[in-house]
Amino acid sequence: MGPLVVNEIISENTNLLLAFFVGIAFGFVLEQGGFSSSRKLAGVFYGYDTVVLKVFFTGAVTAMLGLLFLSLFGWIDLNLVYVNETFLQSAIIGGVVMGAGFIMGGYCPGTSFCGAAIGKIDAMIFIVGLFIGVFIFAEGYPLWEGIYKAGFMGSPRISEFFGISEGVIALIVIVAAVLMFWGGEWAEKKFPREEY
Amino acid sequence: MSENKKSNYMNPYLAGVLLGLVVIAANFISGRSVGASGAIKSTIIAGVETIAPAHAESATFYKEYADGHKGNPLNNWLVYQMLGVLVGGFLSGILSKRLTWKVEHNPKITSRTRLMFALGGGILFGIGSQFGRGCTSGSALSGMAVLSLGGFISMMAIFGTAFALAYFFRKLWI
Repeated sequence: MGPLVVNEIISENTNLLLAFFVGIAFGFVLEQGGFSSSRKLAGVFYGYDTVVLKVFFTGAVTAMLGLLFLSLFGWIDLNLVYVNETFLQSAIIGGVVMGAGFIMGGYCPGTSFCGAAIGKIDAMIFIVGLFIGVFIFAEGYPLWEGIYKAGFMGSPRISEFFGISEGVIALIVIVAAVLMFWGGEWAEKKFPREEY
Repeated sequence: MSENKKSNYMNPYLAGVLLGLVVIAANFISGRSVGASGAIKSTIIAGVETIAPAHAESATFYKEYADGHKGNPLNNWLVYQMLGVLVGGFLSGILSKRLTWKVEHNPKITSRTRLMFALGGGILFGIGSQFGRGCTSGSALSGMAVLSLGGFISMMAIFGTAFALAYFFRKLWI
């Protein structure tokens, strides 16, 4: 059955309309969770507010389990779902640069759109920065094209890479998430902060 | 003040479950997931193709994109989704009475400092998202949902680096 557009159950135009509605839900949930506030987001790195950890990992675990179950019931063909390509060097470099941007800017791209939507001027300036950054990458592309395309590994799932079944990987991720939630709750008591 | 304690944010675990359902819905509908930086890339490409078509035809980055995609770059799943995010965030802000114009910052720093670091952080995140082929949503969250190795690598690199650098930027936040 799913993915609907790949199996031509819905048209490309319907797909784009639904993208808009998925976006509304995405933005609504992020804002309700508190992701429109840079000071809440940055809290996870100092322990005073670990909302990022809780929402992000609950979201990742829910999505992972949901997709595995939908696949088990035959409602979605996971072979038709887009799996990100892995370019090892570029993924690490990108993650490191993004991490630096996160601690300096207090937002990531999705959350900055959320902040901007409720009037946060710092979020709007962060978005201006995003555009400048992507433009710099595009214009300087010949300089880093080599490293950008190095270390191509295809689109491996972590289960294939380690040769462990998807269910066991899911269990490991769940256990890791629960431990992190426990750590997060502990940190909020250990590094309390009333005013932010 | 304790503004974040006073305002009624949703329970984070409930918000997380709903976020997961959004990712499932996106995959079920389109076989793609959520992502923010891809929409910015599409907008930049569309802008350059319009303003400087000769440059877009000669520079490698734009040529590679045009070879891999047909039609208008703005007619894209992620672009429509990010327009939705603005609407969804706005609706949530109305509902929870959080709509205000402000520069949110630690009282120990000035608005100007906050905005300079927001700009710098945005530039870095923009560059990094291209190397990472997606940001926290498109690479880390969506990638983890489909058990992508790259998604786990992105997630660990992003959060690991931010934790490692947190001490040096503590004046901005605490």
